[in-house]
Parts: sequence; C-alpha cells; structure tokens
Amino acid sequence: MQRYILIRGIWAIVALWAVSVLVFGLARITGDPTNTLLSFEATDEQREIMKAYWGLDKPLPEQYAVFVGNIFRGDLGDSFKWRQPVTDLVSDRFPNTIILAALAIAVASVIAIPMGVLSAVRRDSIFDTVGKSIALVGQSAPPFWVGLVLMWIFAVQLDLVPTSGKGGVTSYILPTLALGLFWVAALMRLIRSAMLDVLDSEYVKLARIKGLAEWRVIWKHVLRNAAVAPLTYFGIILGSLLVGSVTVETVFAWPGLGYLVFEAVIIRDYPLVQAVVLIFSVLFIVVNLIVDILYAYLDPRIRYQ
Amino acid sequence: MAESLVLRERPWYSLPKLKQYFSEIRRYPVIPITVILLLLVVPAIGANWIAPHDPYDGDLNTRLLPPVWVGEDTNIRTVVDRITDRNNQFTLGEATRQIQGGKATLVSTAGEDPERAVALGDQLLEVKQEGGQGKHLLGTDKVGRDILSRIIYGSRISVIVAGIAIFISGAIGASLGIVAGYFGGWVDSLLMRLVDISLSIPIILMALVLVTALGASYQTIVIVLVIFLWAQYARQARGETLTVRVQDFIARSKVAGASDVRIMLKHVFPNVFNSLVVLATLQVGFVIILEASLSFLGAGIPRPNPAWGLMVSDGRELIISSWWVSLFPGLAILLVVMGMNLMGDWLRDKLDPKQRQI
Repeated sequence: MQRYILIRGIWAIVALWAVSVLVFGLARITGDPTNTLLSFEATDEQREIMKAYWGLDKPLPEQYAVFVGNIFRGDLGDSFKWRQPVTDLVSDRFPNTIILAALAIAVASVIAIPMGVLSAVRRDSIFDTVGKSIALVGQSAPPFWVGLVLMWIFAVQLDLVPTSGKGGVTSYILPTLALGLFWVAALMRLIRSAMLDVLDSEYVKLARIKGLAEWRVIWKHVLRNAAVAPLTYFGIILGSLLVGSVTVETVFAWPGLGYLVFEAVIIRDYPLVQAVVLIFSVLFIVVNLIVDILYAYLDPRIRYQ
Repeated sequence: MAESLVLRERPWYSLPKLKQYFSEIRRYPVIPITVILLLLVVPAIGANWIAPHDPYDGDLNTRLLPPVWVGEDTNIRTVVDRITDRNNQFTLGEATRQIQGGKATLVSTAGEDPERAVALGDQLLEVKQEGGQGKHLLGTDKVGRDILSRIIYGSRISVIVAGIAIFISGAIGASLGIVAGYFGGWVDSLLMRLVDISLSIPIILMALVLVTALGASYQTIVIVLVIFLWAQYARQARGETLTVRVQDFIARSKVAGASDVRIMLKHVFPNVFNSLVVLATLQVGFVIILEASLSFLGAGIPRPNPAWGLMVSDGRELIISSWWVSLFPGLAILLVVMGMNLMGDWLRDKLDPKQRQI
C-alpha cells in the first residue's frame, strides 16, 4: 500500500511538473510580450529595458526556474485588468467555487444513489425507464444551457429565485441544479451498471439463501460493493465537472474562479488565466490522487496491478 | 395429375407484412438515427439549399423577432401626465416615439394626425414585443440574423470540428496504442506513462491558456481537442492489442514471414477497429458539448461563425426578454448529443459488448 501511494504520488508530481511546463511554454509561444506591453513606437533600447525588467533576456531554463520559484513563493504576477496581485483575486473567489461544486456533488449524490439502486433492483420497471431517461438527458444537455433554461423558467417567468449573482440561500439553488444534473446522470448510470454486476454474484445469492431481508441484501451487500466502481471513472467525471463549473458560473455570474477565468479570457488577461488554470490543475491532480489512493484502499486488487 | 400449390405473396402494405417490417426496424435505433440525420447530417451537407436565410447577414429592422408562434405582446397605457420642458405641445408622434422606438400607437383615436397634441386620458398601445413572422420560423437574434438558418449552418461546424478532432486523435491514439501493445517493453511503459500524465492534466483548462495566447480559431480548437482525446484511444487500442497479440494467427503469420508492420496493419488493426469505432461514437456527443462549452466561453470557434455554443452565449444577456436566442441552439445540442449517445450505446451492445457503460 505504501509503495502504491508513493508511486501514485510521484506520478502526480510529474503531472504537476508537466502542467507548469505547459503553462510556461504556452506563455512563451505567444510571441514577444514587449509587443503587447509597449506601444509599437517603442525603440529597441526601450524594449531591451523592458525585457531586462521582466527577466526575458535570460535563457529559457533560467526563466523557467524563476517562474517556478515565484509560484512557490505564492507570487503569480499581477492581473492586467484589476492591477492587483492575482493571488488576492483568486483567494477571494476560491471559496465560492468550492461551495458551489461541493453543494452540487452532495445534492446530486443524494438524488442519484437511490435512483441508481432503484433502477437496478427494479430493472425494466417504470423507475428504471424514468431513471435512464433522466440520465440520458443529463448526460446530453450542456450545463450552461440547462442553467439558462432553469434561469428563464424559475427566475424570469416564475420569479421565485434571483437570476444571477451570489446572494441569499435562494441564489444557490439554480447553479447547484445546473451543475448537479450532469453529476446525477453520470453517477446514476455508474451505480446502476455496477449494481447489476454485483446482483449477479454468488455472495448475493448466498445472502439471499441465508434468509436476509431484501433491503439488507441490497443496501449492505450489493451497494457497498457497487459503490467502488464509480470511483474508477471519477477522473473523467471530474474533468467534465470542471468544465461545467466554469460555464455554469459564467451563466449565473457566480463570483467564483470559473467566472473569473471567463472574464480573463475575454480581455486576454494572461497572468490571471495562467494562475486560475494552475490552481484548477493542482486541485484536479490532487483530487485524482486522493481518489486513486481511496480506491486502492477500498479494493486491494488494484494495489498489485 | 399432381396438384400444384399456388402461393401468393402478400402485398407489402398488408397488415402482417407491415408488422414484420416494423419489428425488423425496431431492432435498429430508429429515433436516434432520424434525429442525427435530420439535425446533423442533412443540414451539414445541404445547409446552402435548406437554410432560408444567410447565417451571417442580419437585418436590423427585424432584430429580436420571436419564433413564429409567439404573438404580439401589447400593453395599453393611459396618458396620466405630460412632462414637457418646452413650450410647444407634446405631440402624438413624440409620445409614440417615447414609448418604444415608435412602435406605440394611439388606441382610442387610431389613424389620427401625429401632430395632434396628446391629451390626458388618451390611450396608447405599446408594443412590448413584436409577434413572430413567417419568414423567421425560430426568430432572429440581436442583429437580426435568422436563428434557424444559423442552427442549420452550425451543424456543419459541429460535424467538421468533432469529426476532424476524433479522426485525428483516433488515428494517433490507435497507431501509438497498437505499436506499444505489439512491441511491449519500454515502448509500452513510456506510452502508458504518457497516457497517465495526459489523463491527469485538465487539458481543457490548458485550452483556455492556449486560446488566450493564440486567439480563438478552428485550428486551435481542433488541436486542443486532439490533445485531450488521443490518450483514451491509445489506452483502448493498447489493451485490445495485448489480447490479440498472443493469439495463434499472429504467431502463424510470423512463421509465414510477415513483417511486424504487415501484422499490425492486416491482423491487429482489424481486430481493434470495432472497439475504437464504439469509443469514437460514444465520444462524438461529448466532443460536441466540449466544443460548445469552449465556444460559449469565447475560447472555441470565433465569432461571427454560427457555432451552437456561441449562439447560446449570444442569448445569455438577453434571457429575460428574448429566450429564443439561446433556447433553440441549446436544444439542437441536446438532441444531437442525445442521438449520438443512444447510437453509441446501441453500437457498443452490437459490436463490443464487453465494454462497460459509463
């Protein structure tokens, strides 16, 4: 187990390094930054001064070392638009993103798990049909559009909740639903198919022969074993959730990192985009690492692959 | 004399025959295929002939028209006060202009001289929203472009972007995966590590950086999608190759003197192909949503192209007054992706039943 964690940890660090190289590299292929920072009338001498000021006259490996060093010191540069350190902007918005994503995952899990179980247990019944249809729509609808449709129905037509922004409790409802629908669909399908596999197994038959109550068989024996399967796909789902939270935050003008990065992309605020992407990537890699370790802990077979 | 049987074929329109056809058709995913044909394939090929209007050319006189079935929304307002800062009289013409771009008319005294002074108690008909017009079935956007035409042209963008991206990443992923699986050893470990890393980086965020750096264009979005997608094909192809490699017919063709390249092309690839097709079909919907999301964020297809994601984004600020601008393009995405997902499920059951549902 320790060896497994160590190996996964090393690969996570390699991935983090790859992200930093990518972000650094992309920043350098955009061409000479003095073109955008200075007016086109600037003399060569002025350009040289500017380059020296930003450290762009040094060789690339040295620039990269400085870049990484700055990251470790928590210095990600200043935003072009807001004229303040990117880290300040990001730390203001970060909690809002986490709250929204956590809420969406929590609400969606509460809906998806019973639905998936019911779908599998009562296979081909009306529950199953309804469940599968919801899953199909949830997987096929772009979250930003779901957000707009929900906004139009519940905020514009019925006037029950505010259209956008972060305010009272009611302002959380629509973004949570828009973001959660995809999660409901993915989780439900995974739970359903994993349950169907487990329901077929010998130990479930044994539990039934033993005379255990059906609900006990389902919840204690089947679901516990089936619940591991969705973890395998967590990485893929997390990626989609990330895209979803950027677009949904944009739709609802939710003051999170997603909306921030949208604003930054529009006005080409390069340091800001770079910082938010770095933070999201670290989050993504760390969560994936935790899931991998959790998975290996729950299913010992994985450790020896 | 031998008796002869006279057999008569039932005509095709007879009830038993129709039932038979119906049950045969039922075995194919009819609804998804119809949806995909109607919304994706036919419009993509025939946009020039089908689309009623030009997708780029708007008429500002008919901006923000609702869909054809939405009636005019009017409101009768009574004049209760007149505020003029001039000495001259406040005329009907001025009153109507004040209400909404000259679209209000006097109800009680319709057809009157616009120079007549407005009196207290006059009733004015305010047009809050114009009714839909037959020539714009799904309405128009804020620069007066026909939404239906833009959706039709937009399907071409979806098909081209998703098609090219999936084809390139499938080709790259499959060749790398087959080579790695076939030779094994360090080639294999190297590739698998590369796949692991690429799957653990949120490539889609890299897309945002790339687009901020290079600007939005067709090339950028295809490159981003390929970087994002190739790893899954490589993993799939490699896994399948590992099981094919150890089979007898591979050993026999080696004995027969076939080169490695020939074995990979003629014997491994055909065996891996089905599962790659299934993966590709299942991914089309996902790729369309991804492209739409990036376009929605301004990091995908550049304006003024009629990409569906961009069209939804156009209607974002207009959702309070003009819901149709975002609703219909989004509905097109939903239906097409749903069709592709159903199609993919069906193909998987048909061609590659081992694969697990995601």
